[in-house]
Amino acid sequence: MPALPGGQQKGAWSPRFWASFLACGVALAVAVPAFNHWVPPDSPAALPDYLVPLLGKYLCYALLALSLDLIWGYAGILSLGHGAFFALGGYCMGMYLMRQVGTRGVYGNPLLPDFMVFLNWKELPWFWWGFDHFAYAATMVVLVPGLLALVFGWLAFRSRVTGVYLSIITQAMTYALMLAFFRNDMGFGGNNGMTDYKDILGWDVHQSSTRLGLYIASVLALGLGYLCCRFITASKLGRVLLALRDAESRVRFLGYSVTDAKLFVFTVSAVLAGIAGALYVPQVGIINPSEFSPGNSIEIAIWVSVGGRGTLVGAIVGAVIVNSAKTWLTGAAPETWLFVLGTLFILTTLVFPRGVVGLLRRPSRIRTRAAARVPAGERA
Amino acid sequence: MGPVVTVRLLRWVGIVLLLLASSVSARADDFATLVGDLASDSFADKERAVTALGVLDDPRAVSVLQALSEGRLLKTTDGRVVISKIAGGTTRVRDAVTGEDIAGADPDRFDRVIVNNRLRGAIEGALAALTLFSIDRDARLVAARDALRHPSAGEAALLEKAIAVEQDPEIRAAVQLSLSAARLVSGSRQERLTAIRALGTTTDPQIKNLLDEFRAAPDTDPELKKAADAALTSIGNRLRLVSIAANLFQGISLGSVLLLAAIGLAITFGVMGVINMAHGEMIMLGAYTAYVCQQSFRALLPADWIDAYLSVAVPVAFFVAGGIGVALERSVIRFLYGRPLETLLATWGVSLILQQAVRSIFGSPNKEVSNPSWMTGGFDPIGGFTITWNRLYIILFCFIVLSVLALILSRTSFGLHMRAVTQNRPMASVMGIRTARIDALTFGLGSGIAGMAGVALSQVGNVSPNLGTIYIVDSFLVVVFGGVGNLLGTLVGALSLGIVNKFLEPVAGAILGKIVVLVAIILFIQRRPRGLFALKGRTAEAEA
Repeated sequence: MPALPGGQQKGAWSPRFWASFLACGVALAVAVPAFNHWVPPDSPAALPDYLVPLLGKYLCYALLALSLDLIWGYAGILSLGHGAFFALGGYCMGMYLMRQVGTRGVYGNPLLPDFMVFLNWKELPWFWWGFDHFAYAATMVVLVPGLLALVFGWLAFRSRVTGVYLSIITQAMTYALMLAFFRNDMGFGGNNGMTDYKDILGWDVHQSSTRLGLYIASVLALGLGYLCCRFITASKLGRVLLALRDAESRVRFLGYSVTDAKLFVFTVSAVLAGIAGALYVPQVGIINPSEFSPGNSIEIAIWVSVGGRGTLVGAIVGAVIVNSAKTWLTGAAPETWLFVLGTLFILTTLVFPRGVVGLLRRPSRIRTRAAARVPAGERA
Repeated sequence: MGPVVTVRLLRWVGIVLLLLASSVSARADDFATLVGDLASDSFADKERAVTALGVLDDPRAVSVLQALSEGRLLKTTDGRVVISKIAGGTTRVRDAVTGEDIAGADPDRFDRVIVNNRLRGAIEGALAALTLFSIDRDARLVAARDALRHPSAGEAALLEKAIAVEQDPEIRAAVQLSLSAARLVSGSRQERLTAIRALGTTTDPQIKNLLDEFRAAPDTDPELKKAADAALTSIGNRLRLVSIAANLFQGISLGSVLLLAAIGLAITFGVMGVINMAHGEMIMLGAYTAYVCQQSFRALLPADWIDAYLSVAVPVAFFVAGGIGVALERSVIRFLYGRPLETLLATWGVSLILQQAVRSIFGSPNKEVSNPSWMTGGFDPIGGFTITWNRLYIILFCFIVLSVLALILSRTSFGLHMRAVTQNRPMASVMGIRTARIDALTFGLGSGIAGMAGVALSQVGNVSPNLGTIYIVDSFLVVVFGGVGNLLGTLVGALSLGIVNKFLEPVAGAILGKIVVLVAIILFIQRRPRGLFALKGRTAEAEA
């Protein structure tokens, strides 16, 4: 095996991995559009139009779960505010889409989105400038969550806020953002958020071909995100992350900069979450402040747990399984959904701590060890 | 003095003279004749009748005068005077004198008794006079306070008469205040000076406006102006003091609510290190216990026992929530000790199940839990803001719970065992403490306290399945902010958060104030990751 950059682990990029990765990618990116677009709609094998954005939504959730697994599964940072990065990415995209509405809004104002006209605003606030350009909006999708994570992480990791404390302040962060975005005078549509989009890059968002395009973009984003996470976790940095997850003080004493390592993955993870949010918004057609609610962020952790923490693939599997179950149950028996979700939380932590992927894998390949074996004092 | 004021003054003097003149003959006048006079075509006759009714001391006069001023007094073709009243969508007509219903009468066919502005003034004065001397204490109090709104010379004369006969101290004070206001407008120079001094000791914004107007008038005597300035400054200072006191009380009240929500968590999270996301649901269960107790009292016991339902609800809530807490510890949490993040997820699952269970049993809408009579209402300690009894009792209750808990922790053998187990489990076990039992009981204690908190919170807020989620983020922040494993820290944390929040509210608005507090806590935790009162030494390490 040839040497790989960054001290990559043996086997991480084997032909076997590439074969299975490409097989999954092709299945998602080619088979779904094929069944939707080229199979005649009345044939039993056809994929109905409404399923495409639904699958796209699951893939966005999968990317979000992946971003959480990167920091929770590998670096032991349980962020309970990851929904905030997702929502911020979504809001950036929502602002672009609102600017694209132009004069087709209810009030027909060429400059201001409907909700601003409704609130009697006269001009576009400065933070909305530039959002009519896709390139600018796309940059913001990366920059806004990334910068927030950088600043927040720098403050938190520098002063060694860890474990539960970190979880609680990330939760406080997303809660504060939720309260802020609920305010009308923030300039982001308040309670109702932003909806009623018309087109993206000149294509009508309600067209099935645009939806297919968005779906394929989600597949690509998820694939690239996965490769990125795998690259990080298979590198030397990945080993450091695993080590600091299990015994942070030891890693520090060995001379590694724990703060820098954590800050790096935390920021990367936030950016991935932001991209997931940006792809999510045009597919579901709305973004509102409830995306910031602490409950949503905790739910991401359960997707990762169900799939298998610290496996990357598990995050994707978990997000898709739990969300499919949610779609099905909230339709079939709405009052049972919370019972099922609650039971899932308890069972995965008590009975299947390694999740679905952990159950399927051979024990020798599981790299997640229970962190409990390290004396508590060393995790401080 | 402008011509308008002169006219008004003359009018009032006229009314007062009429009042005095007619007071002699009024008794002889029959109520019926006076009411009949109201229907007269001459405004002068009407006015005389109104004024006479004002001093007649007949309770029926009030409704007649009110009907007259609202245009509901009608005269029939045969000269009778009737009152129309819209009740339940239909218009009822009754005789103004006898009060009996006139069935089948169509009010549209009768003529309205016309009122002009001059007459309106007379009606207002007569009504005020009637109620100022009414037998009903509350009506007198309202009238005395109401008089503040239209100070005038006539008013002053009336109020002087009222204060001479008034016995009730509260009404006397109100009359005195209105009298001062009336004298400020119409009295002699010396009277005005005394009035200004008296008005300077109040906190009423209305009086502040009155003084502002008086001061701003162009022809005010400079000495009076100076006195008014002094009075205004003193009112301003008082208002500031009242607003500080009000904020402080509301802050302490909010702090006590936060503290109640967080005390249980200070045990389960602070002492045991269990991240119990279902803590909010223990509070919610306590609140629903209060609701169930209230409903059972209403259904099963005599009506006058209802005030006692809280004394049953508090212990029942403790045992319900505590029992569920013990069951939760035995079935889920004991397998997760030392894995805080997993505990967090599992207990979040429990909280979802409990919420949905309550929603399935009781339904989603808010349940109404009413205050017992001894907790309704309030009192006004310094004038200007009200301390409500329910808030005050919750503050008291919160401190009682906290002190009892502190006593249990420091003075009982259970408390000793509890501390021993959390500090050094193997050693405690070796010394013969049944650690598993202590764990379950400790968790039960924390949950039970949350249940009692729920009963208290049901007295000030809505009871709904989401009740717990409102408090969960706040409770964790209080415990973390105060310093984990430290009751004093929780106390200081809760009170300071409550007070800071309430002082920020008027400046920044309720939501922005809360955001500022949240951001401040996030930054504070960066500075002191172990909270305000960090534990030192070996236990501090183990807490991580």
